[in-house]
Amino acid sequence: MTDLERATREAAERLDDHVREIVQWHFSEETGTPYWLERAASLGFDPRSEITCAADLQRFPLFDGEVLRTLPHEQFVPRAYSGRPFTIFETGGTTGMPKQRIGWEDYKIDYEQFSDTLSDEAFPPGGYWLMVGPTGPRRLRLAIEHLANHRGSSCYFVDLDPRWVKKLIAGREFDQAKAYMRHVIDQAVAILENRRVSALFTTPKLLEELSERLSIPGAGIRGVFCGGTTMTPQTTRFLVEEVLEGEVEFVPTYGNTLMGLAAHRKSLREDGYSITYQAPQPRAMLRVTSFDDADRTVAYDDWGRVELTTLTREFFMPRFLERDEALRRRPCDDYPWDGVGEVRPFGAESSKIVEGVY
Amino acid sequence: MTEPIHIPVLRGGESYSSLDRAELTSPRDGRVLASVSQANAGLIRRDLRKIHERAAVLRAIPTRDLLEICKRAGELFMTASLPIDDDGPAQGPDDYVALLSETSGLPHTLCRRNMNKVRTVFDEMEGILAGLMRGMDLSVVDTGFGEHCGVRVCYYETTDALGVVLPSNSPGVNSIWMPALALRTPVVLKPGREEPWTPLRIIRALMAAGCPKEAFHFYPTDHEGSATILQGCGRALLFGDEKTTAAYAGDPRINLHGPGRSKIVVGEDMIDDWREWFDVLVASVVDNGGRSCINASTIIVPRHADEIADALAEAVVSIEPKESSDPDARLSVFANPKFAEWIDATIDAGIEAGGAVDLTLEKRGTPRRLELGGSQYLRPTIVRCQSIDHPLARTEFLFPFTSVLEAPQASMLDALGPTLVLTAITRDRDWIRELVRSHSVDRLNLGPYPTSRAEWDQPHEGNLFEFLYARRAIQGGAEC
Repeated sequence: MTDLERATREAAERLDDHVREIVQWHFSEETGTPYWLERAASLGFDPRSEITCAADLQRFPLFDGEVLRTLPHEQFVPRAYSGRPFTIFETGGTTGMPKQRIGWEDYKIDYEQFSDTLSDEAFPPGGYWLMVGPTGPRRLRLAIEHLANHRGSSCYFVDLDPRWVKKLIAGREFDQAKAYMRHVIDQAVAILENRRVSALFTTPKLLEELSERLSIPGAGIRGVFCGGTTMTPQTTRFLVEEVLEGEVEFVPTYGNTLMGLAAHRKSLREDGYSITYQAPQPRAMLRVTSFDDADRTVAYDDWGRVELTTLTREFFMPRFLERDEALRRRPCDDYPWDGVGEVRPFGAESSKIVEGVY
Repeated sequence: MTEPIHIPVLRGGESYSSLDRAELTSPRDGRVLASVSQANAGLIRRDLRKIHERAAVLRAIPTRDLLEICKRAGELFMTASLPIDDDGPAQGPDDYVALLSETSGLPHTLCRRNMNKVRTVFDEMEGILAGLMRGMDLSVVDTGFGEHCGVRVCYYETTDALGVVLPSNSPGVNSIWMPALALRTPVVLKPGREEPWTPLRIIRALMAAGCPKEAFHFYPTDHEGSATILQGCGRALLFGDEKTTAAYAGDPRINLHGPGRSKIVVGEDMIDDWREWFDVLVASVVDNGGRSCINASTIIVPRHADEIADALAEAVVSIEPKESSDPDARLSVFANPKFAEWIDATIDAGIEAGGAVDLTLEKRGTPRRLELGGSQYLRPTIVRCQSIDHPLARTEFLFPFTSVLEAPQASMLDALGPTLVLTAITRDRDWIRELVRSHSVDRLNLGPYPTSRAEWDQPHEGNLFEFLYARRAIQGGAEC
């Protein structure tokens, strides 16, 4: 057995242990979540005794995200957290009633774990950060600030409302969309020209736009943490080689309010700038499923739809089909579990998806 | 199996291999013939930031020298093995013709005819500039100052680059942007999806002839990239259908080249002699495989419409699809078979609606659409329409197609609609004066000239010099 095979097996065992713990937690009378306690009766199996490993999660039907828009938050408060005020986070660029996730400490734990993947050279402890992106009701804003604080840093913020951008683009008000983009970048430039900032979080499009106004390394930025929209290998290479002038560490990420944050494999150049993301297992797991049959995991290096399972004491969400598709990637030394590669919006090959600047 | 050719992006003449590639396949058998590097919009934006410095390199060369470079480039374009990528085999003229034919669908004969057209532009560049600049001394381009017909003139560049979003229908279309180089303006080209070969070969020929590489930007790209070129260059040419060009209507920086809808009208004074210049009608319909915007798609006559339509149908009905390499081939393959199906169905629907008859179908007795050796062709089609308002009456398709109509001479001008080339066969001076005043007509051929005939000292689809240079009022500075 190779070292990687051994590590993969151990990671799978840790995941199985974690699955059992989380299912017990959410389905027990003492600690459980009202939503799941009620659902248990109609599942047709006893989760506490019959879900013994990650593979058993397949027995759950696909998670209906609509309940996160429609049910009262109290339905998702585990009894163990009863009476504790919670934070309410909303999903990214959704228009209309957004999906909402409640939480207490999850975002801090997720981002503290993520912090371990960042280098001190690129994200120096104590250096200032700037976030240019969606703040508002999203988890990201608090999470980035916590991440900066966790690394001994403080963070400036420039807001971008992706819901407004989507409306402008859908209404073909491109001039307004450009003006709004300019407004956002103006604010970022003002911060960068007047404060010493060493780390930046933003979206790929905003990063590119910012680089049209100033040199990112020239402004003192050493690390860029970037996510929110699709990054093809060519886009990634362009950002690394030209926008960041080959001098700034580039950290692409994939995440959302429901999952947390997936880190990327460090071997970007060796992988031809094809980004592979790794779920923060065991707290969340990603599976690439067949487009025709969500019960079937696709073969390695095949495209499929991304399925997310979130496994924390605060939030249990098995088998939620994301609006993304990706390549299934093999485990690697740093992350001995499946990864998701070249993530893009579901159906991106057959139609042009409006992602705006988010 | 041979490796597909890699077609790079050119950034100021430097080859760039993108990680994002599009495959260029043979419509005949699906073989991948080329892997085309795609430029992302951000990369184009970034390059355009450097365009002023790159333009300065080109502008350091006197126009006279650029004309010599053009002459040398014409020879190289026709005869030399020229690189496609920095690595990989060079492409000789025969390889160029074979690949151009394979991906664009043009038969070899028409590829070579278009090749000659491009060469003529290289060779005749001085005459072309004379036409565009109305005989003004070329030194005006170099210095900005000069004298014309005894009047002091001063011109300045309106842009540091000419952006061009090209079509795939005919290689000859490249002749429109080529004078920009001689006018010391760098080019930023987005080639048509099925026809990257000709603009790239023109660029390589110019570079090999000594034109500075900084003048050339070649970006196979997507819609966002095209929009970046159109909006990022100070002046741009956009080729496309009405849907594509509508978004830029009214933008004076962008010269739109939509459907040509070229036409022939005949006056009362000459219609009875129609057999004398009948060949002009045939040539206008079938030249260049009927694929150009300068092919006639409508013929309006005051009488004899039935006879003329019948004679035209008789003349074109014998033109049958042949293998691309056949020296007698006159019809092009449809690179996109679905497009041929759509055109065929559209014409059928127009006929079924009444008020029009497909005379070629009746004479030929075989369907319009044909598959030969895995390729889709449309046979020439002559439709006799009863009214100018019929859906087929003023429609242009990508094959030899024309409608023949009868209308009184007095009403023809109002019936024209947008017309890229109008051949008016008449000597009626009053009517000619009306035609000259028309805002619907771009190029006017007075007399029996095919719509497809180009004279190089006449501007085509706008005057490129006036697009790239603006006149400034000037007083003093006589020593300049």
